[in-house]
Amino acid sequence: MEIPYTVKPRPDTGLYNAKVGIWLFLASEVMLFGAFFSTYILLRVQAPHGFWPEVALGWPHGLLNIPIGTFNTAVLITSSVTVVMAWIALKQNNFARFQKFMAVTVACALGFLLIKTFEYKEKFGHYVIQLADGSRITGHLDVNGKSPLFWTKKNLEESKIETLKVQQDIPNKFRFPVGHAIPEDIHKAHAEGRHHNDREIPVSDIVSLKAFIPSTHPFFAIYFTMTFLHGLHVLGGALVLFYFGFIGTRMWKTSPEQFTNRIEVGGLFWHFVDLVWIFLFPVVYLL
Amino acid sequence: MSLKAFHVVFVAVSILLTLVVSSWSFGNYRDGGSARDLAFGIASLLAGAGLAVYGRVFLKKFKNISYL
Repeated sequence: MEIPYTVKPRPDTGLYNAKVGIWLFLASEVMLFGAFFSTYILLRVQAPHGFWPEVALGWPHGLLNIPIGTFNTAVLITSSVTVVMAWIALKQNNFARFQKFMAVTVACALGFLLIKTFEYKEKFGHYVIQLADGSRITGHLDVNGKSPLFWTKKNLEESKIETLKVQQDIPNKFRFPVGHAIPEDIHKAHAEGRHHNDREIPVSDIVSLKAFIPSTHPFFAIYFTMTFLHGLHVLGGALVLFYFGFIGTRMWKTSPEQFTNRIEVGGLFWHFVDLVWIFLFPVVYLL
Repeated sequence: MSLKAFHVVFVAVSILLTLVVSSWSFGNYRDGGSARDLAFGIASLLAGAGLAVYGRVFLKKFKNISYL
């Protein structure tokens, strides 16, 4: 049985069916991501004044790596350009050019995911430490020259370490509210290129130890949920584009117009995924 | 809406992003930031200008492709 309207537009919609289908799907995706963006805004506006970790549920600032986030944004914008060029190459009947652009698109997607993985790993080895005097500090641990991931107070006790070496973060300027002067010692440390202070803390002084994971703070909960969900979309899109570009290419010989429409639908999904990141990046990394 | 039309929207939103990033960066520079903030702001503006030029070339070169 032949599937209708895969090439010719359906008279009532004026579009081929797959295009109507992908836009309906993208509408549902807007609702999904919209719910998460709304959640982010509500969590943020309801956070108490002050900044985490100094204030327990204050909103943290300056914890994400902005240069890496910027680079990843550029990678995704590039991939959007290449996926459109791949589609146009098919319209111009140039299959070799199409495959070259698809290869770059998939490479960009994998590059994005690889960078995101490193970013996640850095967070899993970054800790907030509650001390017996009630203060909280953040930093990386140094346990026998290694930076352990996902450690808790229990791991500390089991390791029988008496003194914990910590590379304590020097707060960056984004930790301070707009209009408030940055303390002179912090300003000086950053001017000298120092971003942490080496410190040794007796384990008996440590009340709790938690990595930057979703359960540590609502910011991490929403950050990991949104970026992981987005990452899954990138992975899914990359797999589909790889299939269209290099495995399922037989249709190009039997029905080139339908194949071109498939690439257009894949490209529409890819643009949506990139557009989500364009909103995610400033909201989570910058503001 | 075709991929061409969505691409044009995407490029326009990307240009807006570069403007947001550059104003954020210039704001940091004004509030006692370093030369790095200034450089980041200028780089964002240049990226926005590059995207605007690309968008114009794209529209001119592929005007025969439908927006539907």
